Amino acid sequence: MTEPALTSTPRSQWRDVWDQFKRHRGAMVGAGLFLLIIATVFLGPYLWTIDPTYIDIRARDQGPGWAHPLGTDQLGRDTLARMMAGGRTSIAVGLTAMLLALGVGGFIGVIAGFFRRLDGPLMRLTDLFLSLPLLPLLLVMVMLFREQLSQSFGPETGIFILIVCAIGLTSWMPTARIVRSDVLALKEREFILAARSVGTTNAGLITRHILPNVLSPIMVSATLGIANAIITESALSFLGLGFPPDFPTWGRLLNDATVYIQDYPERVFWPGLAISLTVLSANYMGDGLRDALDPRARSK
Amino acid sequence: MLTYTIRRLVLSIPTLLFIALVIFLLLELAPGDPMAQVPLSVPDEVKAQMREALGLDQPSHIRFGKWLWQFFVVEPSVWIDATFGSDIAGDKHRVISWQTRSPVMDIVVQRLPQTLWVVGMSYVVGILIALPIGIYSAYRQYSVFDQLGTFVTMVGYSVPPFFSGVLVIVIFSVQLGWFPSIYDTTHEVVDWDSFVIQLRQMVMPVMVLALQTTAQISRYMRASMLDNLNQDYVRTARAKGLRESSVVMVHVLRNSMIPVITVIALGVPQIFGGAIITEQIFGVNGLGQLLITAIQANDLPMVQTVTFMLAVLIVGFNIIADLLYGWLDPRISYD
Repeated sequence: MTEPALTSTPRSQWRDVWDQFKRHRGAMVGAGLFLLIIATVFLGPYLWTIDPTYIDIRARDQGPGWAHPLGTDQLGRDTLARMMAGGRTSIAVGLTAMLLALGVGGFIGVIAGFFRRLDGPLMRLTDLFLSLPLLPLLLVMVMLFREQLSQSFGPETGIFILIVCAIGLTSWMPTARIVRSDVLALKEREFILAARSVGTTNAGLITRHILPNVLSPIMVSATLGIANAIITESALSFLGLGFPPDFPTWGRLLNDATVYIQDYPERVFWPGLAISLTVLSANYMGDGLRDALDPRARSK
Repeated sequence: MLTYTIRRLVLSIPTLLFIALVIFLLLELAPGDPMAQVPLSVPDEVKAQMREALGLDQPSHIRFGKWLWQFFVVEPSVWIDATFGSDIAGDKHRVISWQTRSPVMDIVVQRLPQTLWVVGMSYVVGILIALPIGIYSAYRQYSVFDQLGTFVTMVGYSVPPFFSGVLVIVIFSVQLGWFPSIYDTTHEVVDWDSFVIQLRQMVMPVMVLALQTTAQISRYMRASMLDNLNQDYVRTARAKGLRESSVVMVHVLRNSMIPVITVIALGVPQIFGGAIITEQIFGVNGLGQLLITAIQANDLPMVQTVTFMLAVLIVGFNIIADLLYGWLDPRISYD
């Protein structure tokens, strides 16, 4: 009895996923672009050292040139530097809010799927949150709580905490639903039964056996969540309810530029393009990841 | 089906009450003071009288109960009075806006047509564009058209309305000068010329909102068509010698429309919420703009009422979508 299949080393699951991901051209371009945007925004200031808040009133309203590749705004501040500063805030908000939403959604999903008694109440709670009008509520939350939080944490940190919490607490529901349905299916599998029969506690079951296996839907939610959070933050900033005016984000820059749309229509282009490209690349990445993590699509 | 409908309707009542409570508590916990704008020179006893006039001196549970009474009993009876000329409402207190001192529902009724025109029209336009795109890209999967369609829908997903809106203003209003950048809501359609003006000012907001609708619906349409195109009944239909057009446009399309129609129903409340930004860009004074100004002016009854109406829309269209699904697909039975 020889078993030739065992002679080659077994391939790990993540290796398969990566091989499949590589074949999705849109996802690869998306991932590359996303990393490029993050690198530009976070490493760019070391190469382009102009202070984004430095006001040079004599150089105001300039078009693109050698001194200012993307021009200057109405106060003579360098647009490239402001774009990079704004991107840092926008991406930081997107990442943190996504992590918060994943944490809450993953926790509720796992608990609801694992403990049958909590399933009903927690899923009703999810349904309730899904029927809330989210954008109006976000606006109300940000408008009403901004004063208090900026007083206690300073204008920048306060608004950052407020916006991250507001976005995170209103976007965890899809993750919770997907994770719950996966946990429900996993719970019936033999390896869970085996783990339970050797005396693994509930906490051990969840952390060692359930969580690693629901990682794939969580990762897809993560990429799509970044896109969603960046759009929401920009929308709030665009409506004038985001960060304070001297603290640029992409949405804020877009909002500032719309005032000068008659005279300098090119100014709205850069922040809008940055938001759209970031979100587009994150969406493509999520799309490719979903295909790569789906074993049915992989066999093709 | 009837039992299911009744059960869903009954279950929606506690849901809506809970949502109303959440909105109310959120507004209640907020530190904002509606008297903050009153000058410091106003004496304290006058301020106390003003608070009393707004009903702010009462405890929160009384105010919540009053709001519920006004919204669910007084406002419908006012509406019945207006329709049938009866007199049920009498001189009961209605929900009054703190900004304008007029009933909130009167303002909502004034603003509703603008939102419905722009939002409703864009939703219809978006669906009409999305369906053919979805059908054709599924039928020719992986063709150039399909790849292009996928890219365009991705762009439509990713470009936020506050950028696409500003972009079309730059292109069509600033550079080309074809359309006005601001929507003039006082404009009345009386003859052909004014109808053309109305049409021209609607083009850009409708275009921006329709782009998003198209992106979402065409993706669902494509996925749903793909699910059905590989089914056995399609092969049977072809084997019988039916024309390709009737196989795709009758057999496959009818089955694929079932999930798409529910998605269309579910999207209606979302588009109302999303219109807040578009209305802000083009200066349409619809419901979204009403909500923004109310939030900025700390007009709590207005915010509470408008937000709650959006929640009613969401819950209502969820029920409609589920019922439609059961009605269109006989394989699904709820009883």
